[in-house]
Amino acid sequence: MRVSPFLSQRIVVVILWALAAITVGVLLYIIAYILIHGLPHLSLSFLTLSPEYMGRRGGVFPMVVGTLLVTGLAVLIAAPIGVATAIYLTEYTREGKMTAVIRFGADCLAGVPSIIFGLFGFVFFAITLGMGMSVISGALTLTLMVLPTIIRTSEEAIRTVPHSYREVSYGLGSTRWQMVTNVVLRSALPGICTGVVLSIGRSISETAAVMLTAGSALRLPHSLFDSSRTLALHFYILSREGISMPNAYATASVLIISILALNLVAYWLMHRFAVKVR
Amino acid sequence: MPDTTTQAKIEVRSFSATFGGKPVLRNIDLDVLPCERLAIIGPASSGKTTFLRCLNRLNDLCFGFARSGSILLDGKDIYSPDMDVADLRRRVGMVYAVPVPLPWSIHDNLAYGLKLAGIRDRATIDERIESALRSMVLWDEVKDRLKDPARNLSGGQQQRMCLARVLVLQPEVLILDEPCSGLDPICTAKIEDALAELKQRHSIVLVTNNTKQAARSSDRTAFFLSGELVETGPTSQVFTTPVDKRTNDYLVGAFG
Repeated sequence: MRVSPFLSQRIVVVILWALAAITVGVLLYIIAYILIHGLPHLSLSFLTLSPEYMGRRGGVFPMVVGTLLVTGLAVLIAAPIGVATAIYLTEYTREGKMTAVIRFGADCLAGVPSIIFGLFGFVFFAITLGMGMSVISGALTLTLMVLPTIIRTSEEAIRTVPHSYREVSYGLGSTRWQMVTNVVLRSALPGICTGVVLSIGRSISETAAVMLTAGSALRLPHSLFDSSRTLALHFYILSREGISMPNAYATASVLIISILALNLVAYWLMHRFAVKVR
Repeated sequence: MPDTTTQAKIEVRSFSATFGGKPVLRNIDLDVLPCERLAIIGPASSGKTTFLRCLNRLNDLCFGFARSGSILLDGKDIYSPDMDVADLRRRVGMVYAVPVPLPWSIHDNLAYGLKLAGIRDRATIDERIESALRSMVLWDEVKDRLKDPARNLSGGQQQRMCLARVLVLQPEVLILDEPCSGLDPICTAKIEDALAELKQRHSIVLVTNNTKQAARSSDRTAFFLSGELVETGPTSQVFTTPVDKRTNDYLVGAFG
């Protein structure tokens, strides 16, 4: 049967539109569902109080602090290492066996299930290195987990910087390092930030790896070697153990709102930066 | 052929270059004199651009590049190990065929080279930028929008800005790789006028595909063919009474 070009065009448009609508629809449904169940239980005191009765009452203040510490530390450690690796791969070495091995390694690392990272972090950081179940163990484990994302997104961002920029910089008398910092990184910064924001999102929402390394203590961590519970893990425990579904949804709302806010701020910053540069 | 009356600014001696084993330049001997405009003409892939990029060692960055022979700048081999390559590139300033404004403001584009050279004094920077822009007759067009993105300039303005960006470093030699290839006749004339002015203080090596441009705005002309230097001499002589038949054939349009 022959379908007229006009009809096939219409059919394709409808199908593509429907598929796109499904994607956005599912996202909106999830967000709405959680916010509808969670927002009524959300208040300022929920953010500033400590949990009571295992989280049945009270707030999530220690989890907010724990999440900020674990995620912040992880990204703070991973970003410089990842960006440096990307710079090495793109600017300081020629394509060859070495770069292939590093890239393959990063891709493998990206494919490892998070529970395996958790297990490794537990055995290596918590036990072998004697850090125990702690903020630092959790952060280091997440560092390993988000490293491939940061490396590959930074690499892509650096590769989009035109080769002619590099030649101009050399032509004006720059060393390689001056060229990298002044021209390449400055131009690739928005792309690098995207990778970092993605990894922050991934760290914030990680549960399995954090449970095995940072632990699930309810109290406020006083040092990096204290155990701490993140928001995502708190949500998991509240719902999994049927402690308090309202508080679980409220916790999930905090998570979703903060990730949303993070993305908005990141986009705003990138946009501002892009306008300034171009 | 070496000039005996004046000390040459650049002396190229038995210089050969290969890319991945494939010869691109064969045994070139050529001088660039102080305060002259030397045009390099020749058909595509005759080694003109490669030759130019050897003068500031930009080819060092290309994979598979190898060379032999020497290039002397003021009598000193630029390929000797104790040559500061960054400093060499400040002394031998290059402009590319396509204007490449860095994605910054006009001011930042012009100040970048000075910053790399370690010049921090604001007054010096501003003064150098103004005089460079003035010599490219660009100052009046951009003085009120130095903070604007350089990309907003027109193509001709961009190329003149790129020349000014090199001039702020007060180079001794200017090497230009078909600087007018993408420009209209008016912009081309502006750049050619500027070059005529600039040769008072700089040696200029101009690679061009436009033989008329070479005839108009150079003092001497060198004709490259398949990586060889076929002929060099005063521009008027090369264009009217070329010694080599191949030069003549190229100039009358028999090939190329």
